[in-house]
Amino acid sequence: MTRSKGWLGALPLLVFYAFVFGVPLVALLAGAFTSRGRPTLDNLRQSLQGGNLTSMAGSVQVSAVVALLGALLGTVLAYAVVTSRFTALRQAVLTASGVLANFGGVPLAFFWVATLGNSGVVSGLLGLPTGALYSFWGLVVVYLYFSVPLMVLVMAPALDGLRPQWREAAANNGGTAWHYWRHVGVPVLTPSLLGGVVLLFGSAFAAYATAAAMGAGTVVPLVTLKIANALTSDVLIGQENVALALSLDMIVVAGLVMAVYLPLQKRSTRWLR
Amino acid sequence: MAAVTGLEQPLAAAPAARTARPRLWRAAVFAVAGLYFLVPLGASLWYTIYTPTSGVSFGAYGELLTAEGFAGSLALSLGLGLATIALVLLLTLPAMLAVRLSAPRLRPVMEVLCTLPLVVPPITYVAGLGTSLRTGADLLAPTPFWATLIAIQDPAFPVVLVLAYVVLVLPFVYRSLDAGLRTMDVRTLVEAARNLGASWPHVVFRVLIPNLRSALASASFLTLALVFGEFTVARLLGYQPFAVWIVTISGSRGQVSVAVSILSLLLFWLLLLAVSSAFGREKK
Repeated sequence: MTRSKGWLGALPLLVFYAFVFGVPLVALLAGAFTSRGRPTLDNLRQSLQGGNLTSMAGSVQVSAVVALLGALLGTVLAYAVVTSRFTALRQAVLTASGVLANFGGVPLAFFWVATLGNSGVVSGLLGLPTGALYSFWGLVVVYLYFSVPLMVLVMAPALDGLRPQWREAAANNGGTAWHYWRHVGVPVLTPSLLGGVVLLFGSAFAAYATAAAMGAGTVVPLVTLKIANALTSDVLIGQENVALALSLDMIVVAGLVMAVYLPLQKRSTRWLR
Repeated sequence: MAAVTGLEQPLAAAPAARTARPRLWRAAVFAVAGLYFLVPLGASLWYTIYTPTSGVSFGAYGELLTAEGFAGSLALSLGLGLATIALVLLLTLPAMLAVRLSAPRLRPVMEVLCTLPLVVPPITYVAGLGTSLRTGADLLAPTPFWATLIAIQDPAFPVVLVLAYVVLVLPFVYRSLDAGLRTMDVRTLVEAARNLGASWPHVVFRVLIPNLRSALASASFLTLALVFGEFTVARLLGYQPFAVWIVTISGSRGQVSVAVSILSLLLFWLLLLAVSSAFGREKK
């Protein structure tokens, strides 16, 4: 095989990519900036007003709360797992985290509906008011079910990477536990922590299936539900392009999130070899 | 739990005094986490087998098999999953080998392209996809391509979903194969095999693929798991594979939909177990 022919193997993927990923993205951009065939900024303006803005703010709020709480709880759980002496327990928690972190979507919604929904098994025992699951905090509790395991998966290797020798070195130099965490532990963990927060935010922000299956949209405005409604309803003519503009807003937010995450991920692997 | 605590005693005899407090703290963390993660599973199980009127019965699981659309949607999801696996491997494997063997300058491009679908949330991707399908049908109406565009949207087997799923799983498949390719020196292997007179198909099927077996297996299982759980794209394009079907029946048969959810968690867990055992074998 000569050098000039070598890249031919990559050609099918590139062509496929251009058509199946490139064309929809171009269509999205074109739709967001046009209305009835004319270029306009109206769609974007509308996507940042009224109910659309509320739904964007709702999504950002839910995702931010889930990211911060999930990061905190996930780190505590990961620390408990990593410092535990029982390898069986450790294996069990890490395996379960692997399953639950990737197991979102529709079934997750039904688990929580069966547990804390209006006719749920546990909501009866706790005497929860009707609709408690479909509130802001209800949604947060549901989203934490995949966010905490995700954080455990991010933090467990990072915490494992804290070598006992570093702690001993700090102690030999007369440092206290505070000094160790302040100057060694936390700085080494910071990229993983921040990366985890950002990852959790991104996954909660993009989530649609769980909220849709729960029917949470009636109480908590979410941008994913808003886009889906605008795309599937036949009543709102012209809303389609606003939905595309909303999608563009979402991609911008998700893109910012990834722009923060990827460099952090590279940095956090530096100490973990 | 009692068995685990019993095991721990001889090990912990010496430093017991020092670690007594942190261990309590850890036990509390595990207890709270256990409650939060296990109660919904237990409650869901209870929900599917108990009703105040008829008591405990496993009827929901039996009803499942006869429920309208169950077999059809399951078969559709399985078909979509297998087609997605075939297409994504057929596209990525040659591309990644070509990049390693003869076009290393394409490698950063490939990495960016294969990470990009992670940045685009599925709902926004399907918004663009739906729009381009509709505009495409208008633009291509006078040409023969129109028939192709309609054919890939056939509700019996929507090829368009396979295409969309390939895009969605691309980042995961790329990472998995990249990790597999990292464990071997592709160029040396290929040169050695070629010098010994092996033909290209022989190199690919007898040298490279056997070395990549576990990476290919894990990529395939991940793809299957992802396709089975996928809801957003299928729902918005108006098809009814498994995940969409569950939501459709949840209105009339709440118990059945929860029962299916439990079964799909079990299935997902088994698939991931298969992935991790495929990777575990490679390490040895």
